[in-house]
Amino acid sequence: MASEKVKTFTDANFTDEVKNGVVLVDFWATWCAPCRRIAPIVDQLADEFNGKLTVAKVDIDENPMTPSKFMVRGIPTLLLFKDGDLKETIVGLETKDRLTQLIAKHL
Amino acid sequence: MSTAVRTIERQVVIIGSGPAGLTAALYAARANLKPLVIEGIEAGGQLMLTTMVENWPGYRDGIMGPDLMTELRAQAERFGAEIIQGDVTSVDLSNRPFVVSVENTKYVAQALIVATGASAKWLDLGVDKKLSGRGVSTCATCDGFFFKGLPVAVIGGGDTAMEEAIYLAKLATQVTVIHRRDSLRASKVMQDKAMSMPNIDFLWNKEVVDINDLEQGKVTSLVLRDTQTGAQSELAVDGVFIGIGHVPNTALFEGQLALHDNGYLKTHDGSRTSVAGVFAAGDVQDHVYRQAVTAAGSGCMAAIDAERFLSGTLHESAHAELEVKR
Repeated sequence: MASEKVKTFTDANFTDEVKNGVVLVDFWATWCAPCRRIAPIVDQLADEFNGKLTVAKVDIDENPMTPSKFMVRGIPTLLLFKDGDLKETIVGLETKDRLTQLIAKHL
Repeated sequence: MSTAVRTIERQVVIIGSGPAGLTAALYAARANLKPLVIEGIEAGGQLMLTTMVENWPGYRDGIMGPDLMTELRAQAERFGAEIIQGDVTSVDLSNRPFVVSVENTKYVAQALIVATGASAKWLDLGVDKKLSGRGVSTCATCDGFFFKGLPVAVIGGGDTAMEEAIYLAKLATQVTVIHRRDSLRASKVMQDKAMSMPNIDFLWNKEVVDINDLEQGKVTSLVLRDTQTGAQSELAVDGVFIGIGHVPNTALFEGQLALHDNGYLKTHDGSRTSVAGVFAAGDVQDHVYRQAVTAAGSGCMAAIDAERFLSGTLHESAHAELEVKR
């Protein structure tokens, strides 16, 4: 089901992976029901912004350092980076239309 | 982004995808009305944020809230309901067919079922929303994980607050329930469960007047005020969970549908609202029972009322045509 364009980041490669371009990261966990709601939207964004936006997921159970570093204390949380700088923090559920607008601002 | 306006016509549009919206969809689909459900941003409703639901009839051992919603959704789809993502941005109920807009897409409906539910209430401090996802939460099952081995507070005295406290007690070192009154509103079962947990304690007659620390971008403590003496105190916590109830999602309908003073939609004669052809179901119109099963029941009522309304208006127009021919 998940888009093949969505990457998986880990604590080990996170800093390197967000260094270049515009990157949307979805912090999630297997037990998080609202995360399952936003997952298909994240997949669609990866398809629609293909080539312009990197989309990735971080499983917070397996990668506790990165959420802690960015003070993520609730999921789903989406972080948008541009060339390594954090530009947007989106906590909780958001519509695809509003996410599209937020991403478009930074492209 | 495209600005072209798309228009889609349907007999019945249902706004909301909790137990009320999906039960309405199930009944409307089985009546061959091909309903379209606009699921909303909190798709699946409040049950998506719960764990075990022990009072849904037919499941003697309980069922997980998200599992129940997955089943209900599949059941509605099986009979032809179409469920789409999106959050309604505006409605125009001044003429029939009604217009329901989701950004640039307009859904035109002969009958509308409003099942937008209710969402968690915030404290009205401003600071609580700013620290959302930074230690302030309205969903223990979503965010409790981040407070493993840390002290947290739960605000409220009803079933929601007790459920949050019980869930958090398994993760946090200490859970402090803060309540404005000196007794709980929660059901006896939930009270007993919470009181029996060794790491849940209660602070009575206290209200939260501030949350520290916005500057650090995280929760460090709560400033409390005693409702009897006015004395202020501070409680050091890493997280605070708000369980003070819900507010009906009726902002879309202000000025178009009659509302009670408390913001809930007014209904009469079953599920009818103040506009003929617009029906309401679930928590958006229920400030008394607010149960999953009553929401589902009222969703069924709304679908049956909508079906009768549609066949009635069809008969009326057929009748009118006959009159003209004569």
